[in-house]
Amino acid sequence: MDVRSQISMVFHLDKCIGCHTCSIACKNIWTDRKGAEYMWWNNVETKPGTGYPGKWENQEIYKGGWVKKGDGIELKGAGKAKGLSNIFHNPHLPSIDDYYEPFTYKYLDLVESPAGDDQPTARPISMITGEPMDIKMGPNWDDDLSGSPDYARNDPNLEKLTPAEREAMFQLERMAFFYLPRICNHCLNPGCVASCPSGAIYKRGEDGIVLIDQSVCRGWRMCVTACPYKKTYYNWSTGKSEKCILCYPRIEAGHAPACMHSCVGRIRYLGVLLYDADQIQSAASADDADVMHRQMGMILDPRDPAVIAAAKANGVADSTIDAAQRSPVYQFVKEWKLALPLHPEFRTLPMLFYVPPLLPVMASVKEVDNSAQAEKMNATAKYWPDSWLYDTTTKAMFGTIDDARFPLQYMANLFSAGDTKEVADRLKKLMAVRLHRRQVTVGDVKPETVAEALADTGLTPQTADDIYYLTSLARFDDRFVIPAAHREQAIEMMEFTGDVKGNTGFGFKSGTAQRGA
Amino acid sequence: MNANALNLFLFVGLPYVALIVCVVGVLYRYRQRGFTVTSLSSQMLERKSLFWGSVPFHIGIVVVFFGHLLTFLFPRATLAWNSAPVRLIILEVTAFTFGLTVLVGLGALMYRRFTNSRIRAVTTRMDIVLEILLLTQIVFGLWIALGYRWGSSWFAADLSPYLWSLLTLSPETGAVFALPWVIKIHIVGAFLVVLIIPFTRLAHFLVAPLHYIPRPYQQVVWNWDRRAIRDPETEWSRARPRNN
Repeated sequence: MDVRSQISMVFHLDKCIGCHTCSIACKNIWTDRKGAEYMWWNNVETKPGTGYPGKWENQEIYKGGWVKKGDGIELKGAGKAKGLSNIFHNPHLPSIDDYYEPFTYKYLDLVESPAGDDQPTARPISMITGEPMDIKMGPNWDDDLSGSPDYARNDPNLEKLTPAEREAMFQLERMAFFYLPRICNHCLNPGCVASCPSGAIYKRGEDGIVLIDQSVCRGWRMCVTACPYKKTYYNWSTGKSEKCILCYPRIEAGHAPACMHSCVGRIRYLGVLLYDADQIQSAASADDADVMHRQMGMILDPRDPAVIAAAKANGVADSTIDAAQRSPVYQFVKEWKLALPLHPEFRTLPMLFYVPPLLPVMASVKEVDNSAQAEKMNATAKYWPDSWLYDTTTKAMFGTIDDARFPLQYMANLFSAGDTKEVADRLKKLMAVRLHRRQVTVGDVKPETVAEALADTGLTPQTADDIYYLTSLARFDDRFVIPAAHREQAIEMMEFTGDVKGNTGFGFKSGTAQRGA
Repeated sequence: MNANALNLFLFVGLPYVALIVCVVGVLYRYRQRGFTVTSLSSQMLERKSLFWGSVPFHIGIVVVFFGHLLTFLFPRATLAWNSAPVRLIILEVTAFTFGLTVLVGLGALMYRRFTNSRIRAVTTRMDIVLEILLLTQIVFGLWIALGYRWGSSWFAADLSPYLWSLLTLSPETGAVFALPWVIKIHIVGAFLVVLIIPFTRLAHFLVAPLHYIPRPYQQVVWNWDRRAIRDPETEWSRARPRNN
């Protein structure tokens, strides 16, 4: 057992309101630079939709991730043989048009145009060439299903759905969607690291953050191909690849990453997971149906004395073990089994987990009686008499998960390599928690119904309350349990403190001028 | 300036200047400006016509480069190979074909660079200098191959000893001074290419990722040896951290 620690994340999709505050926080800090304008290390997609870059999930186009070969795995579109033989021209590299051509407007024209008969306009200009351009795409062009024939219907996850299921999804009155915020998954078996011919990309041993050394990167761009999530980006101005750094300077200082700190819906959780690195290879090489289960199996119980002993023997700091025991991610992923990795079939063992969204799924497929709720609302409350809308009162809801208007198969294609049972289990748990809390706070659900729902999903009322707390009430320190980075070691990592004793603080690589000289 | 002084400058002074500037410049750039050691890829901005330029150009130039290098290193073996006319023809035709490949590729790349506005946006002055210099080299190289047969033989017989004499710091210039001006331009162009390596994107050929082949796929970097930190018996700060 080779115990290592990994900073991982949970995104609770039911809480995401699609406001893009995370994207903007990240953009303002990290990618507001020439060559990086088109990059969104954090982006929020509307699902169903084609995402960013377009159809990134379709690996027949982009050849990202790993595929099984014999007993092992190999990179689908990169690696030693394929990468080096395509080094003069990468056939699977997305072009800037697959993302979008970054643009701005000639705002000064509004002010400086001479007086005339027409209103002056601010023409869009390309931020690459500086020439006027027609804007054809932009970030989140498919937001909220706008232009759905071009976007939603081209979603690669619709592949395994029957035509009837697809049609049901796109009937206007039944239209449902949800948001999928994405950052780098900081995978355990990262394709980007494996594909880098220069050896510039590495995983930090201490916390598992995947970084690109900009001075070592030679811009071969194989990482862009190899990442199935398309979360490494090529900076066309510097000729280097860049990616989400999980705000490691903030993490080291004990702050939550900018995207998580700014999250309006408070959907994001960050904490430490301890995992068994010896299992990486076998887990990544498992059968399609097993990869997700094997990945879950790698995550170790941080309270198990054997795990703690192995962690200590491996040099994991006590403070990190303590953080792992309080980790909200461990609770969501392992204890409660509520969260799932995105596209585990790509075999990179992503360490960003998603609580699948219940709301678009549970919306009723048949009319339900809303009168119980109606009676509780007064006239000034915004009561919507449409009984096709979400209803949170009846047992009927619980039955709708299997019979949902949003096909479970679609969720399963996203989060469990097509295994609908895994998604259904988690959605039922979410529903059971809702029923339980409804019974506690409103009391219009029969206790037997709640007991049955909880028993069905293996939850106790206490666990349901814990889930409710961490989902809805959790404070900042509950959502972000960041292990101490040990600044004293971080400083010594840069300098031998003895060498610079007597100089002006840490951080000077050469001594200052001698006093009095 | 008389012709002899010019010859001395071009075939004795220039090669030494070029070599010294190249070595010092490359070392400085690699150590101090490591961020810049790369060739700015523009494939993300335009990928279709890049394929028809970059691939033939690179394959051709790798073969042509190693052809020159091997003849320089092993002149006697080259002459021995060329002693049978069939083998000489095979070698010359192969070399000429790859030379043409370079010309086609470079032409496509330059056309792309001058016509595509996105590519113009990422073009530097040194890119254009380098491309014109390389184009001159390849055009003269092909001209020499056609007009001054057989290049592989007289390169091995005359130029290889000259280059070796430069390397051993005892320049033997008689043979070079007597060469036709077409060949002289090609030789001077070669020294100029060496000279500008540290100032152009050409430096990227020095960082060809051959170390990728023996490397394990995954890389994990530890700031310290964590086991040693926790072990009270060991002294854990023996070596400078590798990322400093």
